Amino acid sequence: MKYRKISWLLFKRQLLDWMSVILSLFAILFGLFWLFWILWTTLSLGISGLSLDLFTEMTPPPNSETGGLANAIMGSLMMVGLATLLGTPIGIFSGIYLAEFGRRNMLGEIVRFINDILLSAPSIIIGLFIYEIYVTRRGHFSGWAGVLALTLIVIPVVVRTTENMLRLVPTSLREAAYALGAPNWHMILNVSLRASFAGVITGVMLAVARISGETAPLLFTALSNQYWSLNLDEPLASLPVVIFKFAMSPFADWSRLAWAGVFLIVLTVLLLNILARLILQRKTS
Amino acid sequence: MHNSSTNVLIQFDHFNFYYGKFLALKDINLSILQGVVTAFIGPSGCGKSTLLRAINRMYALYPGQRVEGGLRIGDENILAEDVDLSELRKRVGMIFQKPTPFPMSVYNNIAYGVRLHENLSRSAMDERVEWALRKAALWDEVKDKLNQEGMSLSGGQQQRLCIARGIAVHPEILLLDEPTSALDPISTMRIEELISELRGEFTIVIVTHNMQQAARVSDYTAYMYLGEVVEYNKTETIFYNPQKTETEDYVTGRFG
Repeated sequence: MKYRKISWLLFKRQLLDWMSVILSLFAILFGLFWLFWILWTTLSLGISGLSLDLFTEMTPPPNSETGGLANAIMGSLMMVGLATLLGTPIGIFSGIYLAEFGRRNMLGEIVRFINDILLSAPSIIIGLFIYEIYVTRRGHFSGWAGVLALTLIVIPVVVRTTENMLRLVPTSLREAAYALGAPNWHMILNVSLRASFAGVITGVMLAVARISGETAPLLFTALSNQYWSLNLDEPLASLPVVIFKFAMSPFADWSRLAWAGVFLIVLTVLLLNILARLILQRKTS
Repeated sequence: MHNSSTNVLIQFDHFNFYYGKFLALKDINLSILQGVVTAFIGPSGCGKSTLLRAINRMYALYPGQRVEGGLRIGDENILAEDVDLSELRKRVGMIFQKPTPFPMSVYNNIAYGVRLHENLSRSAMDERVEWALRKAALWDEVKDKLNQEGMSLSGGQQQRLCIARGIAVHPEILLLDEPTSALDPISTMRIEELISELRGEFTIVIVTHNMQQAARVSDYTAYMYLGEVVEYNKTETIFYNPQKTETEDYVTGRFG
């Protein structure tokens, strides 16, 4: 009698166990299904547009024989690169402030709150903001305006990851450095930041991945440029904006170039993510 | 038990400690002798770690923790406003409950503290690192792994690395805050052997949960309860002939 009761309990537990495994499995498969579909579509449609011309020719007028994305690739590289260079130190130093000095004080709470708002602000608002304060005053669209908008997107991401990663550093490690007589800044640079270096770098890479695909903030700031330009004070082409323009056009060659651009972005983001993982793994092993 | 040249090195004088409004240590009067091993024992929350962390003013990191009364090391009032904390902590090393190797190589773990206080040539630094690792009985195990990450060592080795790092800056005093409570019995034994070897050369203060450990490694023992030092005497006396019944109850296991 008692034994049968137990076996019924056991059966119920096993059933519950199986059900949760199957449900989780379905959730994973559902997610992976769409992910692979997206990857497959970009790959199959993008690969046909891949050629050397892509990197040497400018964005063409409709129905041209040749054409590439060289100006857009260069524009994206310049704006993403500069935005990362500007946003990373600001983000890391703010993250250090929040994690090491501003854990409980008023200023820390305020900065953290505002940073969270900035983090979740729709990027189109950031584009409009830069349009209002920079583009209208300068009187024209420019690469610098695009850099500013992208920087504003990089900063909160880096602040958040830096703070989170530094908070994972155990108190005992900080105390151990202080116990040797290390001054504050020395402990932060050589112990805290070092212990969380891989995580901080991952945050920067995720920020780069995020801004590589941002379109809205560039539409109001850098706009686009169908010619080769290295001048950041002029309108500047970028991959997302060119994709936006070309993908909606009725012209077959434009649409093919748009898919090639999508392919490039997806590939870059994928590589950045893999790189971030490798860095993290090498650090933890 | 030890030679007659034992002078008082650390002197608590009507010392109180507060966590915010909470009085955690009450009127501590304690003289810790130079060159011997002193153990703080007592049940959890009795204030033994708090007392230890006062000696290198670790509490100063945390606003809300404050002290009253006197605390001297030698002739120096270390509670004075103008005490150079970096200099104080060079004199007073600390080893924590969990091993805390820095995220850098074994070599740099040792060199880190030395570089804070001295400007040594490469070869002098090499010598110092070897000296410290030998002192901590770790040299033979890591001499071929000096460039490996400190984290890659075993738990017991990591703790000896931390001890080596502590003694590399030539402190007078070593504070050990339950240094073996995260270690296995064999690693614990090696740390205890190491404490005996370092005895005399450094003044050692150890906080421990483990009464047998206190009996094995220390010359003097302070039994603490609820923020007060109940009894302080030679370790033999505390364990075999305690003067107070509370102490006897604790060391015989009837309480705690």
